[in-house]
Amino acid sequence: MGGPTRGGRRAAAMLGVAALVAPALAACGAATDDGIVINLYNAPEQNLGKVVETCNQRAAGRYRIVLNTLPRGADGQREQLVRRLAAHDSDMDVLGLDITWTPEFAEAGWIREWTGRHKEEAERDVLPGPLASTRWKGRSYAAAKNSNVQLLWYRSDLVDQPPATWQDMISTAQRLQQQGKPGTVLLTGAQYEGLFVNYNNIVGALDGHILSEDGSRAVMDDATVKALEVLRDFARSGVTSPSLTNQREDDVRLAFQSGNAAFQINWPFVHPATKAGNPQVFQNMKWAPLPGVEPGKPGRATIGGANYGVSAYSRHPEEAFDAVLCLRDAENQKFQAVKDGLPPTLASVYDEPEMAEAYPMRDVIREQLRDPALRPMTPAYQNVSTVMSTVLSPPSAIDPKATADRLREELQAAIESKGVLP
Amino acid sequence: MSATATPTAPDESTRRSGRHRLSEGKRAERRLGWLLCAPAAIVMLAVTGWPIIYSVWLSLQRYDLRFPHEREFVGLANYVTVLTSSYWWQAFGVTLLITVVSVAIELVLGMALALVMHWAIVGRGLVRTVTLVPYGIVTVVAAFSWRFAWSQDLGYLARLFSPEGAPLTERASALAIIVLAEVWKTTPFMALLLMAGLALVPGELLRAAAMDGASAWQRFTKVIVPVMKPAILVALLFRTLDAFRVFDNIFVLTAGAQGTSSVSMLTYNNLIKGLNLGVGATMSVLIFIAVAVIAFVFVKGFGTAAPGSDRDGRR
Repeated sequence: MGGPTRGGRRAAAMLGVAALVAPALAACGAATDDGIVINLYNAPEQNLGKVVETCNQRAAGRYRIVLNTLPRGADGQREQLVRRLAAHDSDMDVLGLDITWTPEFAEAGWIREWTGRHKEEAERDVLPGPLASTRWKGRSYAAAKNSNVQLLWYRSDLVDQPPATWQDMISTAQRLQQQGKPGTVLLTGAQYEGLFVNYNNIVGALDGHILSEDGSRAVMDDATVKALEVLRDFARSGVTSPSLTNQREDDVRLAFQSGNAAFQINWPFVHPATKAGNPQVFQNMKWAPLPGVEPGKPGRATIGGANYGVSAYSRHPEEAFDAVLCLRDAENQKFQAVKDGLPPTLASVYDEPEMAEAYPMRDVIREQLRDPALRPMTPAYQNVSTVMSTVLSPPSAIDPKATADRLREELQAAIESKGVLP
Repeated sequence: MSATATPTAPDESTRRSGRHRLSEGKRAERRLGWLLCAPAAIVMLAVTGWPIIYSVWLSLQRYDLRFPHEREFVGLANYVTVLTSSYWWQAFGVTLLITVVSVAIELVLGMALALVMHWAIVGRGLVRTVTLVPYGIVTVVAAFSWRFAWSQDLGYLARLFSPEGAPLTERASALAIIVLAEVWKTTPFMALLLMAGLALVPGELLRAAAMDGASAWQRFTKVIVPVMKPAILVALLFRTLDAFRVFDNIFVLTAGAQGTSSVSMLTYNNLIKGLNLGVGATMSVLIFIAVAVIAFVFVKGFGTAAPGSDRDGRR
């Protein structure tokens, strides 16, 4: 019972380990066999696969883009990306990023800076709003993929002229209610990003500042206090839906579609969705720029949308930059605008004839994108958003001065990632 | 050969007194026992011990994934931050409330269910299966159906009970719905544990009590409950620990809006969404301590032990 059996056992163990490891090694080898693979991680978009195919053909074997789909919700997408980037995962090359994540990813060193030829091409013809969202501290960290902007949607059978200010909108709605007609104003008032976006619209219309320009200080100037007042007065005016504080984009769309409302503030996806959902309401559904606060001064809309970034841990950055430039070029942006309803970031695409049918509201969108309300730029955006939506909810409980003081304090802690997030 | 004989009570005393006089064979046997246990023990340490130590270490640092260059040792600063935060205490209060209320309701309903399952005469299998269905449904799935049921305009429950309002947007009603979802989901688990306890109550004891003229209620309070006490305490301990970590129902139903966050929700928000490893780890350490305190109170204070384990083993 000595050496031989023990030796035999050891050999058997080695064999077992080899058997376990071999397939893994083989799998690693296989990936590099067919050229350079660029892994693209993006939110689900129905026709992005076709865009990827187009670009793969154009790359003619230099690289091959593989589309990996992230979860549908923005939080889920960010969590997956962040977790893997924090672990220096080199299997991610191109990242589809919500525009609010640019400073966060750039500051953490997770995405590469765009320079030289790549930068030049990525910034050509891009509208000012989306362009600003690709930058952090004066450097360029992403390529604008698609934009998005909220519009005021109204029923032309109830309202002749779209209101120019919030006060207009509220009194029109009240008048409609007195006449026994549907007079509700719908917006995304649940305690989440959507509530903050509405507040940011109002702040934008008043030229207010929530944070300082460089994102290092919580400012909450007088205009933001006034904006708190506007939001509170709206919430108390009696023209909101009873479930205001639980409504997100699709709840708002459905409520408008059911015919019980006169106005909704929502993203352009409602246009095709209502067309399919309730053609009768759709017939009279018209759009306008968001209302302002002071007469004679137009409203401003918070922009949304997505950018492409290149992972700092990518093994093929050169090819990844080129892949991004293809994925978001004019032709592909037009394709996705028509097919997936994603508003382009390139000014020239709006003039394409195909856009007229899919995007009857394209002129209003392009106008809004020229001078939009940007959300605060800070690496701790997630903290800012969480604090904002918690403190603003429910909007009817806002006490402008006191709420602003509380926000100033909690936002400062949030951008320094010091305090506890709610 | 003596090793193969089943150890009985008298053996206990002789073995204890003769511990230092172990024979060579016994010692080898014991060594083998340790060797056989070692892999499991090492794995246990690696998967539970190390993460706990690492969390404690993280909780003593300022460490935010988005500001990797600002990582530093800060001592107990994170604990001060968390323990002076109103959000933390609000979440702590909500968690305690949900725990106490839901476990209390579950105990009463679970006991009733256990009695029904135990003494069901017709269709015993069917009764037991039907009772256990909620426990077999994934919590998140169940939570989603509760959410839709309570959504204004969409849900049948919302239409029935509050046609005008939106119950999930008011703090009180949202908390009530969370408790309802918890109770619905885990009462069967409670009933199952209690039924195991019921099986311990000897039938002749009950018949004797009946002969002595004890009413049904007296038999329940004076005979069944005392005999079942260990099982009841174990059920309460399990459920209290579970309820204290409530997460999925809240995540789906309200996502913590209107002050309905539990401590687990808050930890998730700081750790996963906020990427603040320092503060997040601090919160998980605090939850760990709270859970340990609950377990300690149950075990030492109430004398909870596994049902069926002998009294001497506990001391």
